[in-house]
Amino acid sequence: MAIASLQSVLQGRRSQPQQLIEVLQDVQDLYGYLSQESMTEVSAELGVPLIEVFRVASFYKAFSLTPRGRHVLTVCSGTACHVRGAARIVDQVTGELAVQPGKTTSDGLFTVEAVNCLGACALGPVVVLDGVYHSQMSPRRLRRLIESVRKAGNGGGS
Amino acid sequence: MPRLAGIGELENLRAAAVAERQRASMTLIVCGGPGCQASGCRAVADALSEELAREELTSEVQLRVTGCHGFCEQGPIIIVEPAGICYCRVEPGDIAEIVSTTLRGGVVDRLLYADPSSGERVRSAWEIPFYRLQDRVLLALHPEIDSSSITDYIATGGYSALAKVLGEHSPDRVIKAVTSSGLRGRGGGGFPTGRKWATCRAAPGDEKYLICNADEGDPGAYMDRGVLEGNPHLVLEGMLIGAWAIGARQGYIYVRNEYPMAVEHARLAVAQAREYGLLGDNILGSSLCFDVEVARGGGAFVCGESTALMASLEGKVGEPRAKDVHTVEDGLWGKPTVLNNVETWANVPLIMRNGPAWFAAKGTKGSKGTKIFSLTGRVKNTGLVEVAMGTPLRTIIYDIGGGAADGVAIKAVQTGGPSGGCLPADKFDLPVDFDTLAQAGSMVGSGGMVVMDEHTCMVDVARYFLAFLQDESCGKCVPCRLGVDRMLEIVTDITEGRGRPEQLELLEELGETVRETALCGLGKTAPNPVLSTLRYFREEYEAHVRERRCPAGVCRALIAYQIDPERCTGCGLCRTACPHGAITGESKQPHTIVADACLRCGICQSECRFEAIVLTERG
Repeated sequence: MAIASLQSVLQGRRSQPQQLIEVLQDVQDLYGYLSQESMTEVSAELGVPLIEVFRVASFYKAFSLTPRGRHVLTVCSGTACHVRGAARIVDQVTGELAVQPGKTTSDGLFTVEAVNCLGACALGPVVVLDGVYHSQMSPRRLRRLIESVRKAGNGGGS
Repeated sequence: MPRLAGIGELENLRAAAVAERQRASMTLIVCGGPGCQASGCRAVADALSEELAREELTSEVQLRVTGCHGFCEQGPIIIVEPAGICYCRVEPGDIAEIVSTTLRGGVVDRLLYADPSSGERVRSAWEIPFYRLQDRVLLALHPEIDSSSITDYIATGGYSALAKVLGEHSPDRVIKAVTSSGLRGRGGGGFPTGRKWATCRAAPGDEKYLICNADEGDPGAYMDRGVLEGNPHLVLEGMLIGAWAIGARQGYIYVRNEYPMAVEHARLAVAQAREYGLLGDNILGSSLCFDVEVARGGGAFVCGESTALMASLEGKVGEPRAKDVHTVEDGLWGKPTVLNNVETWANVPLIMRNGPAWFAAKGTKGSKGTKIFSLTGRVKNTGLVEVAMGTPLRTIIYDIGGGAADGVAIKAVQTGGPSGGCLPADKFDLPVDFDTLAQAGSMVGSGGMVVMDEHTCMVDVARYFLAFLQDESCGKCVPCRLGVDRMLEIVTDITEGRGRPEQLELLEELGETVRETALCGLGKTAPNPVLSTLRYFREEYEAHVRERRCPAGVCRALIAYQIDPERCTGCGLCRTACPHGAITGESKQPHTIVADACLRCGICQSECRFEAIVLTERG
């Protein structure tokens, strides 16, 4: 199943080294991260040396080389969010989930990411949970947000 | 839909699209920009759509979800046309009332914008000072267009500039028009667009490329996102006119991956344009053959630099190269390439539609036209603002922006992102144009404008930008890789109370060296935030270095929080709120902060309802 999907990502792009970043973006979307196996496959199919694939994968922030949690919580640290107290939001996340930005909680529930700007600057501080924007965040609202995810997770038995 | 074989067919389609839009007696316009999305406009639009279906009103009342209107702070926003009534902060629960009242010709007063000084309700969007004082050209188009509809764009005059150019203008005449309009690049450099195009056209070789730079990496800026999401066909039409002028057959839109909706709208617009024959071979029956691909950026700030962006488009690591030979001669795949920013491309169709003199009538001697700014930070009215070049900073921040957010005095504005600088309040009468801001030690940049007040520490701001730049430096050249790193080390020392007076001169010296020796534009401008804050806010650096004091109360190593036992009721709110477990106390007894465990984030202070937690200087 997973391999078939990787094949569909590669379809029409084989032997086209210039498609490397686009292919890696799609692989990242597909699996949530770039595994060594998928990078090896991409390297062979596109005709790009593996070391170059790895270099590109580690250069761009869009790519993760480790598996991510079931939920991705992204804290915006753009200038507009910074002057409106994004640091407190980071404190709330790192304190409550006991994990630093870029890492995943030990239960695999959350991956926390800090990004440089999400482009919703007028309403900072901004937090994105699994692709959904939450504006004018306060530590209290973030606590509730995290709580709601935990509850849903337990209720779902996962 | 069949391909449009010629200009006549485009005009027929336009007439049909206009008639279709006039069919409805009323249009409800929902802003779907990034700000309103974050405030929940999608639920509002869904509720509206359901309500119209339930009341069987879909033929009389039209629903249009559009790109960003600009007033993000008041979102979600609904505008009722033709009456022009503007509703702010709309929730799904308000929809039934809006629909029933509006149909009766009434107005829902409680959802109108309230003037903060008089409390008076303002009925029409364009009477709200935030909008009235702007000079909206590009942003004015957004409420008119459903950004996912090519026929909406055509109904409002879309692709007429392309038709005019293909019918009447030689490539040289287009370049001449763009040159005489005085259009300068909106991405930050401010390079004259016409001159760039002329050089590329004259460059040897048949194969040439066009690129739209939508890799808006400046933190605190989202103008390009607003335009590309809200009006993607305008950008495409600009690129088509550019392709005709330069002789390019292939173009690319390089979009940040962090902007999924911009990627989606750009891809949709390209697919639609191909379907209508506005991209492809013999466009509108002319000899123009041009296609566009949408490429996603990988989340590297340096890829906003032209040569790094081109390397990234080629599937490589985004490292810049020295520009001994310019990209207009040796760009993508080694071919002559024109790279312009989203807003630059968006201005081109309007210049060709209305004439270069129309564009040049606005702005200053050296900076023509209007510019969109993203006004953010510690200011009341945040959002996208479009003004004529040369508008004073004060007008933007106070008259349009409404001044201080929570009554705390504004002390600075940061323009131009990490390449720009911080300007103090006594410079707010400066007109905003490329040359004036550069002379003052900042830059227009792509249009980020972050307002800072007395609660912002300027040394912390400098540290923030250095940390950003150190993280984003591609590492290719030594001055940027090590210079920025060393500057960050020094500024961090200062914010953590280890600074020494002589380090301020060292910072200036380092900054000058990096500025002169770094490889690319980003490295050369990296010292700007430090140098501009040192120039205008030296006393804040001095306070940190000499008195070990942070005047704004931001730098954590220099502050402490304490609980006033007189005021503390022992409610326990702070104890449960503290993410670091640094507060102890019995119920209904005054609590205390354990200094060793406290990370001085201030969350407890923001939670306390009795003002019992006070910020003090650290002894």
